[in-house]
Amino acid sequence: MSASAEDIRQSPPPIESGISDWLNVNVRLWRLASFTVAAIVAAPIVVIALSWFTPVGDIWRHLVQTVLGELLWNTAVMMTGVGVGVFLLGAGLAWLVTMYDFPGRRFFDWALMLPLAIPAYVLAFVAVGLLDYSGPVQSAWRAVFGGSGWFPPIRSAGGVIGVMVLAFYPYVYMLARAAFLSQGRRMLETGRVLGLVPRAAFLRVALPMARPALAAGVALALMEALADFGAVAIFNYDTFTTAIYKAWLGLFSLPAAAQLASLLLLFVALALIGERQLRGRARYHVTLRVGREQRYKLAGARAIYATVACVVILLLAFLVPVGQLLYWAWNTAHLDLDFRYLRFFFNTVSLGMAAAVVTTFGALLLAYTYRLKPDRWVTGAVRFATLGYALPGSVLAVGIMVSFVWLDKQMLQWLQSLFGLNTGPLLTGTLLALLLAYGVRFMAVAHGPIDSSFERIKPSLWQAARSLGASNREILWRVSIPLLRTGLLSASLLVFVEVMKEMPATLLLRPFGWDTLATRIFEMTSEGQWERAALPALTLVMAGLIPVIMLVRRSSPRG
Amino acid sequence: MRGLSVMLSCVILLSVPAFAGEELVVYSARNEQLIKPLFDAYSAETGTEIKFITDKEGPLLERLKAEGKNTPADMLVTVDAGNLWLAASVGVLAKVNSKTLKANIPAHLRDPDDRWFGLSVRARTIVYSTARVKPADLSTYEALGDSKWKGRLCLRTSKKVYNQSLVAMLIARHEEPKTEKLVKSWVANLATDVFPDDTKVMEAILAGQCDVGIVNTYYFGRLEKKQPGLPLALFWPNQKDRGVHVNVSGAGITAHAPHRAEAVKFLEWLSSEKAQNLFADENLEYPANPKVKPAQSVAAWGKFKQDTINVSKAGGLQAKAVMLMDRAGYK
Repeated sequence: MSASAEDIRQSPPPIESGISDWLNVNVRLWRLASFTVAAIVAAPIVVIALSWFTPVGDIWRHLVQTVLGELLWNTAVMMTGVGVGVFLLGAGLAWLVTMYDFPGRRFFDWALMLPLAIPAYVLAFVAVGLLDYSGPVQSAWRAVFGGSGWFPPIRSAGGVIGVMVLAFYPYVYMLARAAFLSQGRRMLETGRVLGLVPRAAFLRVALPMARPALAAGVALALMEALADFGAVAIFNYDTFTTAIYKAWLGLFSLPAAAQLASLLLLFVALALIGERQLRGRARYHVTLRVGREQRYKLAGARAIYATVACVVILLLAFLVPVGQLLYWAWNTAHLDLDFRYLRFFFNTVSLGMAAAVVTTFGALLLAYTYRLKPDRWVTGAVRFATLGYALPGSVLAVGIMVSFVWLDKQMLQWLQSLFGLNTGPLLTGTLLALLLAYGVRFMAVAHGPIDSSFERIKPSLWQAARSLGASNREILWRVSIPLLRTGLLSASLLVFVEVMKEMPATLLLRPFGWDTLATRIFEMTSEGQWERAALPALTLVMAGLIPVIMLVRRSSPRG
Repeated sequence: MRGLSVMLSCVILLSVPAFAGEELVVYSARNEQLIKPLFDAYSAETGTEIKFITDKEGPLLERLKAEGKNTPADMLVTVDAGNLWLAASVGVLAKVNSKTLKANIPAHLRDPDDRWFGLSVRARTIVYSTARVKPADLSTYEALGDSKWKGRLCLRTSKKVYNQSLVAMLIARHEEPKTEKLVKSWVANLATDVFPDDTKVMEAILAGQCDVGIVNTYYFGRLEKKQPGLPLALFWPNQKDRGVHVNVSGAGITAHAPHRAEAVKFLEWLSSEKAQNLFADENLEYPANPKVKPAQSVAAWGKFKQDTINVSKAGGLQAKAVMLMDRAGYK
């Protein structure tokens, strides 16, 4: 039987079978490692899915009859607004700083990432504090215009979206910036030569080429927005997450909360798969940049506009909140500041670094195995491992804790029956458990940048390396890793900063006495003492500056 | 291979539990800055070392449930009677038969089955603007639904357990239909969207957005400390009938406590006269032990009659209260 023309057209192009065919590596080993990572990451999600065995029909009925419709609508409005907002702001700013030269560009290049270090709930609290009826802005407004002066209400959908866009745009900015940098201007100039006006070249060449990075960035921002509870609570803007917490803490039904959460996951999974499907067979490889490239120089009014735009964003998303924190911290530092803060600082930074290494490593493993052989199983494992980020932190933390406690029990029984040892829990309450938990929670954060960097690598590079006689190890370390450098740096930076801000898993799984800056913030904010939380929050922001500045400087091309 | 052995030794190093002499392990949903001074004082007095973690009550309870017999925790400290009731009803707290505790803590502030004990009391009461409201206009929680308060009432979100407990107690008094009507009348009087915390409610009253609200006493105390002489005052409602709604923060011994006897001793110490001021004063609450006087600034708010219905009622009715508030449109 000979292959018909139809068969040939349907058989995938060579790349679809992965690079393992001619890379001659031990695929089985990589796959085994990937499945192990995916299993660890997926365990809490399985715990959450098990909730469907507990019937909680009355709670569902109540939610559907009363609040669910409004919550879904609110969530949809928020997601749309945040999605569009972070895309426009993130991609726009990234384009500006990578392609154009204007006063302050070198500073904004890294400074625009700084808002990453500010937790969304802190930004939300500062925004509401300043702009609500009783805040200084509206009070001054009333003093000037009399009692009836209209002011846009801050505690509204618009307010939530505004704050979230400012808090989450750095995800898109970071990934888009890396993508635009690696694309360079050559592709764009080719477009121009073929007759595209500059705007068309941006819209039809640069943006579509950066799609994997943009999609990864927007997905991270949206997952973060979906999972958020702190910021929406401050705005009193009820979303789907509100229903999850209501079911758990108000109606005392964790199974109902877990069922709601698993629906959330299903939605996210469908959205992510949908985006991949829409990409179809498109590929996003870029040619390597050669030599030094010049940016377009903006002059006159346009240069001023560019600078002003960057200043305004930086002001709103970073300088104003930090200023407010400074003011509060100054007023309250005498209540709290002592040598323990050195310890908090050290704990926070070392946890962040260790987690960044572990998680980035895990994500690299998953992404590389996917490139080796993207069959159904590996694809499924990768997808599953990167879902958890959309879950509200506390729910995921409980899922992680339950799976760790279960593992502990198994180990305990095993040790007891084999050696007669009674050791107590070996995993829960240790730093190892905490690091694993961060890996579970932030796998998606590390995977996004790494995966989108992989998308940009031409497979022919590997082929070329192979035909020049490079060994597997050399191909990984001397070809792949250097090409992935920006992606790896972005991934570890994001994880580092996220771990520093992380609260629910840290609170639940930390060893006794292992307090961090985030747990310190929790102690203050859980009873509404926001001003006293300013000191740890400010210290957190400062700790976050270190990796941002360090890594961004290293990732920008010389010259 | 070397990598593997390094990793293995890391696992072992990181997971070796610390061994010490007398020690206690506490899981606490009450903030570190409020409980640490007590732990330190007890350690100094008895030499018992106290290890603890703080978290929200929901995750802590799940951890106790998941750990079961293997839990390292001896004691659960948490805020709100509803949370204590829930912990007891899922079986993670053990009965404690102690004459000292029964003598020190009034019956309505502890579990009828002795699985937890209230240690400090906060009243959830009415706060009003002294500039725009005469105290004579105020009478009861129920009366805040009168039409004269239309557009003048500010409330905190119904998602906070303190409001859930308040409404649960109203259900205990009035049954559901009447309570639902009452909550609806509050919602109709709201001057603006509900607020995320009690302090914001008082700030809104100060700014003139509304005139009355319902808050926990210690939030008022905190604001008063920051801005002495502010034009706000507390009002004690329902003095002619059942009294002001109170809630507790409290503690219980876990069902599988590794150091039970020691933990009971500590709990008794917490209810004693010397510990009660330390427990309540830092957070401007009322001591649960009636023999102990509250802090001076707290006592200055005046004496009041408290509702003596057992606070554990709030737990059993909480889910009902949440659903009722959803139906009434109280966000």
